[in-house]
Amino acid sequence: MIAGADPLFAHGVTGIVILIVLIKVVVGFAAWMGAVTMMIWFERKAISDMQSRIGPQRWGPFGLLQTLADGIKLFFKEDLVPAEADRLVFKLAPYLSLVPALVTFAIVPIGGTLHVAGHAVQLQVANPPMGILVMLAMSGISVYGVMLAGWASGSKYPLISSVRASAQMISYEAALGITVVTVILVSHSLTTHGIVLAQGQGVWHWNVIRLGVVPFVIFWMAITAELNRPPFDVVEAESELVGGFNTEYSSIRFALFYMAEFMNTITMSAIIVTLFFGGPAGWVPPVAHLRWVFPILWFLVKTGIFAFCYVWFRAALPRLRYDQVMDLGWKRLIPLSLGWMLIVAGFLVAPGWGFVMAAAVLLASVVLAIAFERGASRATGPESVLEPVGRRPLPEERLRALTDREEG
Amino acid sequence: MSATAYALPSIVVFVTAALLIVVGALGVLAVRNPVHAALSLILTLFGVAVAFIAQSADFLAAVQVIVYAGAIVVLFLFVIMFLGVGRSRHDHVEPLVGQRPLAALGVAVTVGGIIALLASSHWVTGATSVSGSSLAKGTGNVHQLGTAVFTTYLYAFEATAALLVIAVVGAVILARRERVTEGAE
Repeated sequence: MIAGADPLFAHGVTGIVILIVLIKVVVGFAAWMGAVTMMIWFERKAISDMQSRIGPQRWGPFGLLQTLADGIKLFFKEDLVPAEADRLVFKLAPYLSLVPALVTFAIVPIGGTLHVAGHAVQLQVANPPMGILVMLAMSGISVYGVMLAGWASGSKYPLISSVRASAQMISYEAALGITVVTVILVSHSLTTHGIVLAQGQGVWHWNVIRLGVVPFVIFWMAITAELNRPPFDVVEAESELVGGFNTEYSSIRFALFYMAEFMNTITMSAIIVTLFFGGPAGWVPPVAHLRWVFPILWFLVKTGIFAFCYVWFRAALPRLRYDQVMDLGWKRLIPLSLGWMLIVAGFLVAPGWGFVMAAAVLLASVVLAIAFERGASRATGPESVLEPVGRRPLPEERLRALTDREEG
Repeated sequence: MSATAYALPSIVVFVTAALLIVVGALGVLAVRNPVHAALSLILTLFGVAVAFIAQSADFLAAVQVIVYAGAIVVLFLFVIMFLGVGRSRHDHVEPLVGQRPLAALGVAVTVGGIIALLASSHWVTGATSVSGSSLAKGTGNVHQLGTAVFTTYLYAFEATAALLVIAVVGAVILARRERVTEGAE
């Protein structure tokens, strides 16, 4: 009943089914922890290559064991809790960051379907009926890790960071949700398995092409902002906020945040591949007993490309200003994703409705552009609650205004 | 569905969900720190989500977590952090005189009403339990909800949408009130 979408449970839950699920969980977890350590190494190495440095090289071949050494070091460091901290929440926050990152990966299909002992085993840890909504729910929950860490530290800059984090993540969730809706509309399925199957007939059926490239670009931007990855990492802007939400963290708790960040990077690369690039779909050579290996390889290659893009972003793109992040989210991505969803829905009903919707969206965007133009050029009073950033009166102007009022 | 038909797993799920809900709700009342209270509220919301899944209402469960735990409580926390309520030592002052007895009265009336309605049963779905009835399961949730919202309850749905838009625009207008009469700048 609960796992209705998974054929594994079709014939009731027996001992062997429980064993298969346990194996899936353990193998998935182990492989993924390995992937996280590799990702940390890869990011450091790739960035140092782009910056003409050598990067990690001491431990293991090519410095591959650097992450392990770092982990051991962090384990043995002193574990500090600041005096002003809210102790309970301070200790809880790293786990609130880590667990959503772990859970989201459970729904990613990394391969096709295997047949083991008469059971059809989907190569994903879980295939819940609400599929991709689990991803949205978990990305909503992951806000708490960053937000509570900053608040519980009892320190000024982490608090600013956590207020930024909550505002940013809430803003981009809307655009994220609407683009996921367009994917669901063409896939006729909420489950990640169904979404991947709907893209299985070849490259022209991948959602990135079938939906037009726009939803993919919006999703990519929104998910990057949701992860607080560069160029949207205003939460950890070290030039403004010391270290951001994790300034006061040390030892293993810091390591948990660090791991959660890289876990999220891999998971979201995998989610992008699942939603827009057919997941494990790809050309399978006619080899007798190894046909199931190639979808996994395709999945790894595609995910690796996106993981590399995230590293590349970090090296190449300057950080956005906070008001630019908000502008992009609310004024550009949300209207664009909404309009594109309407057009896609129209074309799914009938081509005629698609063109009607396109015309309506075009009209609405003209109206919106005029509204933005008027809003930007409007004079705002000094006492309006929300002044636009960049037009804030200078301190001496405020002082002059005060003295003028007293005289007059 | 009679009481004997419940299997052990569903009892375990129900007890876990019920404990989460009750402990979380009591925590919201008992805890002094508003941030801790908000965290307790999240516990309750998760318990409700588990209860929804146990009733085959997967979509409601997902929406419960996305909307309530993922957005609304985040906004609560946002406001709490902005106002710095959690750190203030002088929040024992009652802002509204007599709100506690009135709240107790309200709770008593609500709980009494719900118990009275439950005692007569058959008041929402026409069945004592909705699990195992003809309701759609899994992905079927979405089809059924979508059909209901966009056919039977279309006008109510659109009216709600309009209401929300009006509320948002109103809030923005009230918050951005411009007082340019002072002559500054």
